[in-house]
Amino acid sequence: MSTRHEIHLWGALRPLAGGALSIFVEADTIREMFAVVGEKYPGMVGQIEQGIAVSINGKIYRDQWDVELPQSAEIYLMPRLAGG
Amino acid sequence: MSLDLQNPKLVEKKFKVIGSRVPRPDGIDKVTGRARYGADFTMPGQLIGLVLRSPHAHAKIEKIDTSKAEKLSGVKAVITSADLPDLTKGDRMMLDLLENSMARGKALYDGHAVAAVAAIDLPTARKALKLIEVKYKLLPHVTDVDEALMPDAPIVHPHIITEGISSAPMKPTNWNKACEYGHGDVDAGFKEADHIFSRSFKTEQSHQGYIEPHSVSASVSPDGTAEMWVCTQGHFVYRNQCAQLLGMDASKLRVTSSEIGGGFGGKTHLWAEPLALALSRKANRPVKLTMTRDEVFRATGPTSSTSIDVKIGVKKDGTITAAFAELRYQSGCFPGNWAEVGAMTAFACYDLKNVKTIGKDVITNRPKTAAYRAPSAPMAAFAVENVIDEAAKAIGMNPVDFRIKNAAHQGTKSSYGPVYGPIGIGPTLEAAKNHPHMKAPLGKNQGRGMACGFWFNFGGQTCVDLNVTPDGKVTVAQGTVDVGGSRASIAMAVAEEMGINYEDVRSVIPDTSALGHNDMTDGSRGTFSTSMAAIYAARNAITVLRERAAKTWDIPLDEVEWKDGAAHAKGAGHGNRTPLSLADLARKAGRTGGPIAGHAETVADNAGVSFATHIADIEVDPETGRSQIKRYTVIQDAGKAMHPSYVEGQYQGGAAQGIGWALNEEYVYGKDGRLQNAGFLDYRIPVCSDLPFIDTQILEIPNPNHPYGVRGVGETSIVPPLAAVSIAMTNATGVRQTHLPMSPPRVLKSLKGKK
Repeated sequence: MSTRHEIHLWGALRPLAGGALSIFVEADTIREMFAVVGEKYPGMVGQIEQGIAVSINGKIYRDQWDVELPQSAEIYLMPRLAGG
Repeated sequence: MSLDLQNPKLVEKKFKVIGSRVPRPDGIDKVTGRARYGADFTMPGQLIGLVLRSPHAHAKIEKIDTSKAEKLSGVKAVITSADLPDLTKGDRMMLDLLENSMARGKALYDGHAVAAVAAIDLPTARKALKLIEVKYKLLPHVTDVDEALMPDAPIVHPHIITEGISSAPMKPTNWNKACEYGHGDVDAGFKEADHIFSRSFKTEQSHQGYIEPHSVSASVSPDGTAEMWVCTQGHFVYRNQCAQLLGMDASKLRVTSSEIGGGFGGKTHLWAEPLALALSRKANRPVKLTMTRDEVFRATGPTSSTSIDVKIGVKKDGTITAAFAELRYQSGCFPGNWAEVGAMTAFACYDLKNVKTIGKDVITNRPKTAAYRAPSAPMAAFAVENVIDEAAKAIGMNPVDFRIKNAAHQGTKSSYGPVYGPIGIGPTLEAAKNHPHMKAPLGKNQGRGMACGFWFNFGGQTCVDLNVTPDGKVTVAQGTVDVGGSRASIAMAVAEEMGINYEDVRSVIPDTSALGHNDMTDGSRGTFSTSMAAIYAARNAITVLRERAAKTWDIPLDEVEWKDGAAHAKGAGHGNRTPLSLADLARKAGRTGGPIAGHAETVADNAGVSFATHIADIEVDPETGRSQIKRYTVIQDAGKAMHPSYVEGQYQGGAAQGIGWALNEEYVYGKDGRLQNAGFLDYRIPVCSDLPFIDTQILEIPNPNHPYGVRGVGETSIVPPLAAVSIAMTNATGVRQTHLPMSPPRVLKSLKGKK
């Protein structure tokens, strides 16, 4: 049984989740989380493909989808930014 | 590969090499002119490529007649967008890159490429350009970020509808994307405030100003393979994107990066590379295409111009109760996410209970904007820090103490969402408060300003190969382009990990056929991520070396340890064995299993955010408005400074660019939508005589997510200067400076307003 997490959405994702500020997902890793999010909110699939960064307890992951989601973790989805 | 060898966690270690100031490996070649930059590649049978560019800001291309150019003796190929079919399969971002490389039906800005030629020499290519006839139908244009949002503004793209708002408009607009960040209740926070401060700011468009213009040489063979030599911050990304746009297999396109004469984000995007490949493919000859400075300004990546509103509520004791900003960034003629980054970084230095930022990305008839060193953050910091300064002074508090009181710290919920881990904003502010610069007396017409800045830093995909040569030395192949000294840092990391001398390690940047994919050198990731991969590769090589020693001694692997650059037998009965050095093991490698190597590939996430505080002194001539920076200090957290001289260089370079942006650098557009100052005479970047020696103070608050505690350092240093210099100017003139650059005419205008 996967752990249930609250996933906070950044502004651009909220319209794709009916305006919700956050959604609840049962998943143990970032990969599982995106799989569930894509199923529940098909409008986000394109954004997931383009790249979404995930902040877990303040640590930002852009590509490491095998990272585990700790219980009660603070999880934010953020734009996948680049620098100069 | 054992996972524990790839553990990114900080290790307790007394460094021998890291932290020293070893000679730079590219130094002699660069100062003697031997280093090969983009335009230094020459091939047998090479043609010269040139690009015809639109003289109009916005125009429909009704017809292009290339027949006369094609008939000119010496012309081997002429291309238009017809030679670059859309192979992007619905990937709008890639189509935008292609369209930016060559206009498709409409010229979207002054300088937009509309055709290109390849000819046997430069005079012939120039003649050919003149023979291309383009029939334009002029369209109304818009170049100002605020004017582009007006209801009656000319629409740049009919397909753009605002993204990111729940009640999206149904008609085309120049407002490409909306975003919102924050937490708490800003309305309630403003009601709590004893004082509210609000102002509007503008910053003009600036260019990265790299000294080396873009240059690319391409050679496409009829067998479908191709090679490209190019000045870039990321040859793997260029390979992937060019292959996609040209319909090639990435494996068949071999890209070599040249030395780079500056990039600062401007060489993270494709510009003329697809054109060089398309010309070579059509001509069946190698083609070299080197931009002029005029082309660099008109057609490659400036940063956004902006228009920003800031409002801050403050209690009498200095507590910020609410903070709000709306940030409008123009992205040039294609969508960007620059306002989003501005909205995320604007209040990132502060611990705020109620904060909200709104970002609006805006399309205009200007060149497609590109990243520029901590992109978007300097403009946001300029606006926010000025209101912070104003608020502090208004309530009678020292601006440093005001910032310290409100600074973010470990556990603070950042204004863009996540909670911070260990961060350095507080220590940089304390260091600024105690710095002698803050107490030094000021002269007549002089003012002092200080400001903070934040940048995320990134990691990303990275791949390193380490090979031990038969004489016991080490070569390292790193896939990230060295834009700021990473070859030295990577060699240092390998030397440190293997316990050998720095001089015995040589790091090089191979072409794209030699390594797996590496992300662009951007986001301050080069040294952070590549040193991590290099450390992993060294650990893997050490395992191989221990195995070879175990085989040589015929003892179990776990009875061999690696220290001080040699294998040592440990445990009962092995005490008398003479250690086997790297040279010993390398010499006999053929008889113990073959060449000795270490390899590592990683996704180096968790780069660790970065903060800086800058102090600037300026003197202004009230008669002319001319100003001069008299003293400048950068204080920044580096995590661990692998090579302090390079770190200081990054701090100084970012400050110098920020000072130029604050005081002089500006794209000037005429009413016709054409760029008026596409050259270094009229677009003035600072030269040595414009700047004082920029003092630096490196703080080291280790990043727990890097084996040596390293954070990225390349970008944060450009974030505070716009604010610090403008606050200094405000203090020197007595007039709040709200429009950058503070060129002499603009300063004079502000002084007249005061009178």
